[in-house]
Amino acid sequence: MDILYNIFIDPFVQMGNAPDFLLQVLWSGFVGGTLYSLIALGFVLIFKASGVFNFAQGIMVVFAALTLVGLYNLGLPAWLALIATIGVMALLAIGVERVVLRKLVNQPDIILFMATIGLTYFLIGLGESIFGGEPKKMITEELGLPSGSTSFEPFGGLVIIEHLDVAAVVMAIVLVTGLAIFFNKTRIGRALRAVADDHQAALSVGISLNQIWAIVWFAAGIVALATGIMWGAKSDVSFALQIVALKALPVLIIGGFTSIPGAIIGGLIIGFGEKLFEIYWGSLLGSGVEGWFAYVIALIFLLFRPQGLFGEKIIERI
Amino acid sequence: MGNRAGGGPLIRLQLKVLRDMANIVHAEGAAAAAGQAPVLSINNIEVIYDHVILVLKGVSLDVPQGGITALLGANGAGKTTTLKAVSNLLKAERGQVTKGSITFKGERVDTLNPNDLVRRGCIQVMEGRHCFGHLSVEENLLTGAFTRKDGQAAIANDLEMVYNYFPRLRERRNSQAGYTSGGEQQMCAIGRALMSKPTTILLDEPSMGLAPQLVEEIFEIVKALNDNEGVSFLLAEQNTNIALRYAKYGYILENGRVVMDGEAQALRDNEDVKEFYLGVSGENRRSFRNVKAYKRRKRWLA
Ligand SMILES: Nc1ncnc2c1ncn2[C@@H]1O[C@H](COP(=O)(O)OP(=O)(O)OP(=O)(O)O)[C@@H](O)[C@H]1O
Ligand SMILES: [Mg+2]
Repeated sequence: MDILYNIFIDPFVQMGNAPDFLLQVLWSGFVGGTLYSLIALGFVLIFKASGVFNFAQGIMVVFAALTLVGLYNLGLPAWLALIATIGVMALLAIGVERVVLRKLVNQPDIILFMATIGLTYFLIGLGESIFGGEPKKMITEELGLPSGSTSFEPFGGLVIIEHLDVAAVVMAIVLVTGLAIFFNKTRIGRALRAVADDHQAALSVGISLNQIWAIVWFAAGIVALATGIMWGAKSDVSFALQIVALKALPVLIIGGFTSIPGAIIGGLIIGFGEKLFEIYWGSLLGSGVEGWFAYVIALIFLLFRPQGLFGEKIIERI
Repeated sequence: MGNRAGGGPLIRLQLKVLRDMANIVHAEGAAAAAGQAPVLSINNIEVIYDHVILVLKGVSLDVPQGGITALLGANGAGKTTTLKAVSNLLKAERGQVTKGSITFKGERVDTLNPNDLVRRGCIQVMEGRHCFGHLSVEENLLTGAFTRKDGQAAIANDLEMVYNYFPRLRERRNSQAGYTSGGEQQMCAIGRALMSKPTTILLDEPSMGLAPQLVEEIFEIVKALNDNEGVSFLLAEQNTNIALRYAKYGYILENGRVVMDGEAQALRDNEDVKEFYLGVSGENRRSFRNVKAYKRRKRWLA
């Protein structure tokens, strides 16, 4: 009976007793969730437009952050380093399109997937050889990101909100809104959705797949850079970050590989879920729940809803 | 692999030469019929899929400026392959033009990309419509203008023109294309192609899966586009009957070869076409005991 009490009653009693602490936990889950969402978003962009399962998305996050910090350490001012990094991500997108996608078009998906694994190791090697492999500090202040925190006292308790976290959430919202406008209101965005719907038909109306792929990889690169900055600011910039980036996979399984809202909601579910679970149920299972929680949820989804929450509706109509 | 005509190499070669000569005559025939240089001309092309599957074995045809030209033939004859060879969509299907040439407005186009060709004014409406299901009807139409550089106003103008030809699309402009009816999707696909301001449309089986009334409606619009906008059509159809009513000239494709071509009226009056494509036949012709008909049947269905 004890165990049932510990699982089903005690955590909620704790939540009720210290609502301020619950709020704190929810906030940190929310912040983590938005960053997971961003990684997954980069992945969905590429998957929708080119059908490529981009194994390298996590590494692109690290690579972008590393390039930014590395260029700064080489003596560029922060803003110039940022612009140069955006340029590097653009070159990367064009390079991937030219060297990998264009050559392998029409090959089976598995070959393209392998190519992205190759790309992963290429980026790791490139990043290490240019900027060195040791962990670096993100140039948070230099980029004008806020530090410090504000405390609130709801329910007579204490909740501390870090300004950096607020910046991360704001940036995520701006990025997602920007992408949504780009997708829905612009000519290129429309073409991107067209390509995602039907490659052949897109070709037939004169949309250049090469151009679209390069743009999509670039967009994914920008998303990776934003994620890298925020995540790097919370820990350090090193290749260890890719472990976090790998969480995009369970996020995608939950949200569906083709859905942008799915990536966002999947990210938030994982973010909230793992924090709550770690804090309130973690002691039952030993600590370190955050490490595997996402994968267990993903497994459950695979069993009961393999297309994910928002797996694209296949419109069937003759 | 490939040529199943059999025989020794020499005989095959002779056959080929004869065929090429015949093809050249055909090509000249159509252009002459229209009385001017063709806008699109396919010269003796051979198409191979996956490096081994020979599908077109020397096809030649001409599409005159401002005409409607029909490309007829049964399932698997190679109509779609011919259109895709022109629009350069073949490459995306591991198909390749290995021989012959294709010229559009007097220029070789066989090495271009599909978008280059759309820019030059030649666009394909694919078999089975292929609308973008998750885009609205209007968004579908606008994707057709992707290659254009002549500004928002001109595009808005043409959108209005498309809505005038297809009033039904105006009604459904905000619906997701995937949820519109088959006829509306066909209209959407044609409208989308029109948005690229084409001079030539390669139209693949517009009648597929549609009720006869709707087929008639769509062909009327095609005719109107041809009359009013001067768009030339190369029309691939299994529905020989309707295609020959709207086309000026027709080619009949069998097993990757043009086996007959002529003015639409002449084809409609041809006994073989009547029997094997229009499904009308004289009294005795159904019987295999009629040797002449049997031989003819053998030739067609070989
Ligand atoms: N991608 C492909 N790979 C291999 N073979 C193909 C491919 N596409 C078509 N074929 C073959 O080429 C031949 C001609 O096909 P095509 O689609 O051009 O015929 P069609 O005249 O358009 O027929 P339908 O009236 O059924 O549309 C067929 O035998 C078909 O099996
Ligand atoms: Mg076909």
